[in-house]
Amino acid sequence: MNLIRIYGLFLRHFYLITRSFPRILDLIYWPSIQITLWGFISNFFATYSTYYNNAVGIILTCAILYDFLFRTSIGFNMLFLEEIWSRNFTNLFISPMKISEIITSLIGTALIRALIGLVPAILLTSPLFGISILNLGINLFFLFLSLYIFGITLGILVSAGLLRFGPSFENIAWSTMFLIAPFGCIYYPVEILPNVFQKIAYCMPLVYVFEEARRILIDQTVNIENIYLAFLLNFIYLIVAIGLFYYSFNEARKKGTLINIGE
Amino acid sequence: MSYLVQVKNLKKNYSSKEAVKSISFNIKENEILGLLGPNGSGKTTTIGMLLGLLKPSAGEIKIDNMNFEKNRIEILSKINFISPYIELPKKLSVKQNLIVYGKLYNIKNLKSRIEYLTEKLRLEELLNRVTGELSSGQKNRVSLAKALINKPKVLFLDEPTASLDPEIGDFVRGFLENYKIENKISILLASHNMNEVSRLCKSVLMMKNGLIVDEGTPNFLINKHGRKNLEEVFLKLSRSENEFN
Repeated sequence: MNLIRIYGLFLRHFYLITRSFPRILDLIYWPSIQITLWGFISNFFATYSTYYNNAVGIILTCAILYDFLFRTSIGFNMLFLEEIWSRNFTNLFISPMKISEIITSLIGTALIRALIGLVPAILLTSPLFGISILNLGINLFFLFLSLYIFGITLGILVSAGLLRFGPSFENIAWSTMFLIAPFGCIYYPVEILPNVFQKIAYCMPLVYVFEEARRILIDQTVNIENIYLAFLLNFIYLIVAIGLFYYSFNEARKKGTLINIGE
Repeated sequence: MSYLVQVKNLKKNYSSKEAVKSISFNIKENEILGLLGPNGSGKTTTIGMLLGLLKPSAGEIKIDNMNFEKNRIEILSKINFISPYIELPKKLSVKQNLIVYGKLYNIKNLKSRIEYLTEKLRLEELLNRVTGELSSGQKNRVSLAKALINKPKVLFLDEPTASLDPEIGDFVRGFLENYKIENKISILLASHNMNEVSRLCKSVLMMKNGLIVDEGTPNFLINKHGRKNLEEVFLKLSRSENEFN
């Protein structure tokens, strides 16, 4: 892999973000709105629900974690869609960038995009609701890392679909997170789900991440096995997603999708 | 004879259509080869395969004596492409676009390369302007700068002067002629502008229904078909029913 080429593709998106104040605002705006909204709902539940009595910030913390996942995944897709919308797709794929370099660059850029939105949202929670996500301690890093990997994995999967099926796959790009969210058990314990759905939920790393976040906040304990399990599932899904991306690229070269997308 | 591009028995089949049916041709060093043909004749598919965007169903492409499929990334660093149907990121300034593509092609001394292209293509006034706000002629010159950022050995041009006014079209043609001589590059030019092809190309391939139906110098083709100019030859070949198949 060539770091200069990876940096080059990062620069393309960095310039895009920094040239436009509305773009920066857009990155900050939605997470802040989301967190504020869930902050008030959280306050309401904390007052009227026995389950959340001992952990005022639980919904808000989960909302922040989910938003990070959402921004990472959508961020990755946006970077890919940006090339299609700007009709720059062909230029990118006739440059000597390896697929691994494209993925690496987009992974890094998606993280920066997600953090631009997340940091102001986290800063907002303390003065508004007296809650700090940092209460999760060192485990916060592992939870974020796990969500980041899963978000990227979803982004790569959707981008593979865009490569294989063209821009018509765009709607799927927007709906993926909404499809997965109910199984992620973001705001409720996994036991709430019907048995069949629980089985599906346990096949995804999300349920382990959010269950652990709640456990830390409510019981101040952590089941490290669940965090390991989340990473193991993440690793498997990431490998599958990258494999699928390579497969889609080869299929796109056979079927002519790269030309159709590019023009 | 030194060929920079060698195409042998190249085919491209889609599920229900043979887009390119076994074509072979070569491009010499320091040569501009014209690729003519009506819409749907297989020109874009051929260029797509030469750029690595399409995988050939059969046949072989060699560029700089390297097999394309086995050395895709190395070959891509030695070629480039310009077409009015693809664009550079519109929100970035011209300079930012050139920096980004300089990095993607891993260009050493990028600053001096950008300065050189800026001067040659008269881009001084445009460098800090947003690419999307430029006129067609200005965008065309910026795309040309991007296409030359990596000092390509082979340049693929798909209707490079389409939608340009005659003055800018003439500037681009003159620039390409001089650049080819100074840098000894090979160019494949697909165009519907017959005057452009007559002026720039030493030899021409005529494509129809996925096949090369005729080839030669513009004058040879004009004489062979008993026509006054290349446009009439093009019309004759386009309208004939499998006459040359």
